[in-house]
Amino acid sequence: MSRLLAIDTATEACSAALWIDGELHEQYAEAPREHAKRLLPMVETLLAEASLKLGDLDALAFGRGPGSFTGVRIAAGMAQGLAFSVGLPVVPVSTLAALAQGAADVEHPRLLAAIDARMGEVYWARYLLGADGLVSLDGDERVCAPEDAPVPSDGGWFGVGSGWKTYEERLATCLGNVVSGFDGARYPRASDVARLAVPVYERGAALPAERAIPVYLRDRVANKPG
Amino acid sequence: MRVLGIETSCDETGVAVYDGSRGRLLAHALHSQVALHADYGGVVPELASRDHVRKTLPLVERVLDDAGLVAGDVDGVAYTAGPGLVGALLVGAVVARGLAWGWGVPALAVHHMEGHLLAPLMEPDPPAFPFVALLVSGGHTQLIEVAELGRYRLLGDTRDDAVGEAFDKTAKLLGLGYPGGPALARLAEKGAPDRFTFPRPMTDRPGLDFSFSGLKTHALTTLRGIDAGDEAARAAVAKAFEHAVVETLAIKCRRALVETGLRTLVVAGGVGANRALRARLEALATELGGTVRFPRLEFCTDNGAMIAFAGALRLAGGDAPTAELAVRPRWPIDELTPPAAA
Repeated sequence: MSRLLAIDTATEACSAALWIDGELHEQYAEAPREHAKRLLPMVETLLAEASLKLGDLDALAFGRGPGSFTGVRIAAGMAQGLAFSVGLPVVPVSTLAALAQGAADVEHPRLLAAIDARMGEVYWARYLLGADGLVSLDGDERVCAPEDAPVPSDGGWFGVGSGWKTYEERLATCLGNVVSGFDGARYPRASDVARLAVPVYERGAALPAERAIPVYLRDRVANKPG
Repeated sequence: MRVLGIETSCDETGVAVYDGSRGRLLAHALHSQVALHADYGGVVPELASRDHVRKTLPLVERVLDDAGLVAGDVDGVAYTAGPGLVGALLVGAVVARGLAWGWGVPALAVHHMEGHLLAPLMEPDPPAFPFVALLVSGGHTQLIEVAELGRYRLLGDTRDDAVGEAFDKTAKLLGLGYPGGPALARLAEKGAPDRFTFPRPMTDRPGLDFSFSGLKTHALTTLRGIDAGDEAARAAVAKAFEHAVVETLAIKCRRALVETGLRTLVVAGGVGANRALRARLEALATELGGTVRFPRLEFCTDNGAMIAFAGALRLAGGDAPTAELAVRPRWPIDELTPPAAA
């Protein structure tokens, strides 16, 4: 049995969720540029409603990216501060995985997660729904042009994430044959971050607070002169 | 009242704990990103933010360790909320707010330049209010009348390059790498004083504003006329540049002291480490019958100690905790108010 707090601010959505022995409570808002301001009040509300203190929890999970650079740092930095203050371990969770987890069900067990990465690219990964009800990564996470997203060899995949909205035509051109449909309006949510983090915590794989570090995927962010 | 201070406004991660009750800095630690940005010829904001998010918490742990404190011993957390690079500021702000919230202690947003101008007050025998502050760094060149904690009047500002920026850009022209300000100062020590004469920008008219971009252009023009291998000539250019900057700052400081009728000059910011400037301002103070005060060399540049100190002064003065988590990349210093008066 475990109690986890999860936070995610990697995309246009800002959310926090509390997992108490299998029961989930969530605060969620689509509020671009207001994540820093809104995150702590969400955490405060969740804990107050559950009559819990931060120190009563077992671990703190956060959406570690990919996504907006500033957004993933807000979640990572807040996770560091909160977790260190009361000595909790942290569980970094992929925002692409959280996105896929939110869209996965018996009818959609194979997911193509795509977050708009700007600059004509998407953050991209494939997920498969397992018997435990959780998605797992199939292949690797990458940042690439929609046309360069690896095409699965068989059909029955479902697309999810803002990348599908922004690059609908371009993705449909390359993936139309293998995709049954898509949900371009869904963002990663803290409740799904929590779902994916619980088994990681329970098998003892949570990390010390200073290891709450973002994963950006896009690592070429500046050019050296000359 | 023990206050943890976190500074991440640009390319230094600084963390410190100041004990306001005992008036003592308990511990401080700094990670400089200079090497990270050197290859790019300037600070790359995204790289700065990425480094801050890796370094801030380990520095917090180190500082608490060095001070012999455990988490519950901290009474407040101060963080730089501006001015500075927005992404870099946010990292320090969210870590600080997470810590403060988890500890159940007040969090306080501190103005970076207030931190700088109060830094000399951490030294033994601190100067008393009121005084004139000269803030000289890679991002700022300001003269400020400091009536008391939180009551600041901007007397003069740069119209273009900050003085540290002018040093770095001129150093680049001299082939001294980035950031080359300190290297330029070392080269100037070997330079003949009278070989070249640079202008003293904006000293021929009233006012306390500065302009330094013309000096860089003057250096470029002068360097075109000399042989690249002529080390003595390059040193003389460095000397003439530095002399022009120092004289210009001294002329404006004199005016500021005379206009305000104040006797104490406080110097802060990275350029405050420049030896020629220190010597010239000492001479000016002696001549005017006043005093000039500098922070110790390591607190001239960005650091966490000045933020912990400013936060401790404000919390002790009755400032309410900062409600909203927000940063201000641009934040005029004269918008500040004394503690509890907000």
